[in-house]
Amino acid sequence: MTHHTLHMPCTEAQIRALRVGDTVTLQDTLFGIRDATQIHMFDHGRRTRFDLKGHAVIHTAPNVRKVDKRGTNDSGYEAVCIGTTTSDRMERFTRPLMEREGVRIIIGKGGLREDSLRAFQELGGVYLAIIGGTAALETTWIEAIEDVDLDDLNPESLWRFRIRDFGPLLVAMDSHGGSLYAEVQQKVQDRRAAALAKLGVA
Amino acid sequence: MTLMTKAGVEPLRIAPEAIEEAAKLLYIRALKVLPDDIKQGFTRLDAGETDGTAKAILATMIENIGVAERTDNLLCQDTGIPIFNVEIGREVEMDGWALKQAIRRGTERATKEHPLRSSVVHPITRKNEHTSCGAHVPVINLDFVEAERVVRLEMIPKGSGSENGSFLQMLIPADGVAGVKRFVVDAAMKAGGKVCPPIIMGVGVGGTSDLCMHLAKVAATRPLGSRCADPEGAALEDGLSEAVNSLGIGPQGLGGDSTAFAVHVEVAATHITMNPVAVNIQCHSARRASATFTPDGVTIGF
Repeated sequence: MTHHTLHMPCTEAQIRALRVGDTVTLQDTLFGIRDATQIHMFDHGRRTRFDLKGHAVIHTAPNVRKVDKRGTNDSGYEAVCIGTTTSDRMERFTRPLMEREGVRIIIGKGGLREDSLRAFQELGGVYLAIIGGTAALETTWIEAIEDVDLDDLNPESLWRFRIRDFGPLLVAMDSHGGSLYAEVQQKVQDRRAAALAKLGVA
Repeated sequence: MTLMTKAGVEPLRIAPEAIEEAAKLLYIRALKVLPDDIKQGFTRLDAGETDGTAKAILATMIENIGVAERTDNLLCQDTGIPIFNVEIGREVEMDGWALKQAIRRGTERATKEHPLRSSVVHPITRKNEHTSCGAHVPVINLDFVEAERVVRLEMIPKGSGSENGSFLQMLIPADGVAGVKRFVVDAAMKAGGKVCPPIIMGVGVGGTSDLCMHLAKVAATRPLGSRCADPEGAALEDGLSEAVNSLGIGPQGLGGDSTAFAVHVEVAATHITMNPVAVNIQCHSARRASATFTPDGVTIGF
């Protein structure tokens, strides 16, 4: 169980050094992405002007307030509340995010599945778990909304956040085939029969 | 002309503007302040949790409740699908149409004036009007209660992570209550960490398909500590709570004892050929707010 601080963007070697159970704090830059963003990017062939190579994306759609563009808010938005959504719906976008855009880190809640785990192994990626439903806290780790792309999809735009001490986040799926979710799911499956027996269900 | 109200009793009349203000206030308040019963639920789970990771996760959730209150911010970024439950007592005079419009205007104003993320889109075009409103949304449920001169407006911003953990099965009588129990345990397993545990698991038993699903929602959004009024339903709550928590799903699906604050059950009579069961899940950000209107004024609570 090691704690790592990663400045974004990062390298494959830095990702390969992470193991499930480790914790990570991210610095500098984080991109916000969600269902509609990825549906448009990968199903409708839209491209972003952002360079996501070596970067981290978080499954989010923030609450924002429109402001005049100025020094720290070049996007024209400031954060009201930024949190994390359930990752599972976006399972099939993990590989294209990594292959086409070069993303190395996905941050979310609830975990991803087998295909993502394979993509993390083959391409050098990692899933960092954040605590879902703790957005007030998470918002304090975000310094500014620096830029936004694909904003016709608002609030599911592609957001670029400037972050400081973003974490600690838990390495829940690593690039060596480790997945805390798969481990827990196996244990839960093993306990099903006993739970049903206690309820008097054969 | 029929006399609508008791002789000598001045009925409660509420201006639509007061409903609109309350709807706006309740939506924002619900998003920021967790009810006391839920906070106590966290304390109880934390005291009983034996897994280290789970304990750390619960601590972060508890910290977040404090940060939200101190910074006057939303607990969770998911502003949800707005639901309003309206309980109307006796000796009340209201223009029902005006009530519906007032709730809608209050919801729109909360969204634009706070501002809040509108999480509501057209189901086919996926277009977001940025008002948190659309066809049939906000959801408004009306009920009538025996108490005199009282109207209660309850607001629930229902988050999508847990709402996506909804399950319905039209079991048959031969499946018995065993089938109901198996369905609930399997629903908890399917939902896993996706529904943001620890959860309140709402179970509807009986009724028609739509009533059964509605009962599950009523159960999921009931305060912790409340019990099913039906003794058979209440007994089911105890057994199912223990069973779901014995699975080890844990907070966020990362393992531990604290999978569910509780399993709540609501029952309705059903047909001789039917045995429907439904599950609806409330995530740990179990948000509610209410306004109670009486001749003395308005009381804001949970």
